Amino acid sequence: MSSVVLTLGDDVSTDVIYPGRYMATVLPTETPQFAFADLAEFNAKLKAKQIQPGSAIVAGKNFGCGSSREQAVSALKGHELVIVAKGFARIFLQNSVNLGLELVEVPDLDAREGDVLEITADAVINRATARRFERLPLPAARAEIVKAGGLIAYTRQRLLATR
Amino acid sequence: MGKTVVEKVLARASGRAAVTAGDVVEPAADLCMSHENAALVINQFLEIWQGTGREARIWDPSKVAIIFDHRVPAESPKTATNQKKVRDFVKANRIAKFHDIRGDLGGICHQILPENGYVRPGAVVLGTDSHTTSHGALGAFAFGIGATEMASVWTLGTALNVEVPATIKVNVHGRLPAMVGPKDIILHLVGLLTAEGANYRVLEFHGDAIRDMSTSGRLVLCNMSVEAGATSGIVPADAETLRYLRDEAGVTDELHPVQPDPDAVYERVVDVDVSALEPQIACPHTVDNVKPISAVEGTRVHQIVIGSCTNGRLDDLEVAAGILRGQKVAEGVRMLVFPASGRIYTQALLKGYLADFVQAGAVVMNPGCGPCLGVHEGALGDGETALSTTNRNFKGRMGNPKSEVYLCSPAVAAASALTGMITDPRHRVAGGVR
Repeated sequence: MSSVVLTLGDDVSTDVIYPGRYMATVLPTETPQFAFADLAEFNAKLKAKQIQPGSAIVAGKNFGCGSSREQAVSALKGHELVIVAKGFARIFLQNSVNLGLELVEVPDLDAREGDVLEITADAVINRATARRFERLPLPAARAEIVKAGGLIAYTRQRLLATR
Repeated sequence: MGKTVVEKVLARASGRAAVTAGDVVEPAADLCMSHENAALVINQFLEIWQGTGREARIWDPSKVAIIFDHRVPAESPKTATNQKKVRDFVKANRIAKFHDIRGDLGGICHQILPENGYVRPGAVVLGTDSHTTSHGALGAFAFGIGATEMASVWTLGTALNVEVPATIKVNVHGRLPAMVGPKDIILHLVGLLTAEGANYRVLEFHGDAIRDMSTSGRLVLCNMSVEAGATSGIVPADAETLRYLRDEAGVTDELHPVQPDPDAVYERVVDVDVSALEPQIACPHTVDNVKPISAVEGTRVHQIVIGSCTNGRLDDLEVAAGILRGQKVAEGVRMLVFPASGRIYTQALLKGYLADFVQAGAVVMNPGCGPCLGVHEGALGDGETALSTTNRNFKGRMGNPKSEVYLCSPAVAAASALTGMITDPRHRVAGGVR
């Protein structure tokens, strides 16, 4: 079960998720402090550990559009958030697969802050409204990377298979 | 069945006779570009090799390019230390395509790559920057990836699990009116397609307006293709591409332009007639919130920015300098100019454009990304508005979530600098603006 802790609209850019002025910070161990830095209230809750791991952010279409900055993914991953959106921008989705941030793509999603979501392999059930929404699978080519536990592990496997 | 440019490039790069949109391939990389975020790529690269019992080794250092541009000169000890680490790595790994902070050879990655002849038609170009789409202007398939994915490519020499994108054909027809240019075309197109309209797709540009356009203008179109979500923009290479590579980039070796088949399969065809196009403005806070200039004329602006990987090239500076020459930037307006590279800075200096800017009251800054991404120069105050030739206007983009950014062409930016409000450059009269 994932509680919805934040709802956002369409086209949430990586500038909103991880503002450019913190881009000099690159390590996944250091980026989480700047997640949604310009949403001061939410950022403060994250830093005070008032958001439970596994909580959900709910968003509209094209979540993660804009810059390829991987900090936008590592910052959310560091707080063990789940992102449930109507759609994701390509590079953000790819970075999330590579780093192991859980993305849930649900084109018809309807959920509000405080709702509790049950996330299964093929659907999201909003317990507050008892409505069920179909979940789209990840692009097929990503499954192997997910199975390996991320791109670092997958690349290492591939490397060790050579010579 | 006919093939698009991206299908042909990916077939060649993955050693297959033919591929079709939707196929999963592992293309060999021809060029891998990173900027300051090479610091993170290095970190992830070393992590991949850790525990393998092998010494970390880049598969082919001659195919790696690193260009410092996002925070130059360094704005903080943290950035300076990261840049130092990257320099040490570059030296230890013999990466020759390295462009440090220099007045002659430095600049923005998306200008440095083309002007040095690093990008070739038909190449697979990967960059840890979303605007890597730019390089499709030379007939390459060029796309943005994250740092960990780049570390993987540095290790294996191939991009793993790439889906061949479907292609949207964009036909651009007609003769551009005066003071209307490539930036207006791409803003109009992004507004038409929306911010996610080309997600997972390639925009392939055709039509007489494209054939008549310089490589500089084509770079603008491909640069901002990502603002419609596109994996890449591509202009199939033609005589102009070869002219640019031979005459401006100094390329002497054999080139292999890739053309789409006449019966190539496109997901969709979009026609744009530019002969009556007005200057276009992207309004806060999304790039697809595009309006003709007549809808926002007169909006008060506090900062004008000319530059970036979108519009910091010589022809952009030429247009802007022509408008500002002998005039003064309006009171209460700060105007910042960022040439896209050291080479362009020098050319603009010798042609007198930089003197035009400075004498008008603009501040000419060093080549680099500047205020575009809100990192270290030209931040906006609370409630202030910028009008900029850059490519993004997301909330907080220029360093302050309590400010607004409008995007426009260099002509609009220069005309507006003279008035302090969004001004149509077609309404200029002798001695000022009507």
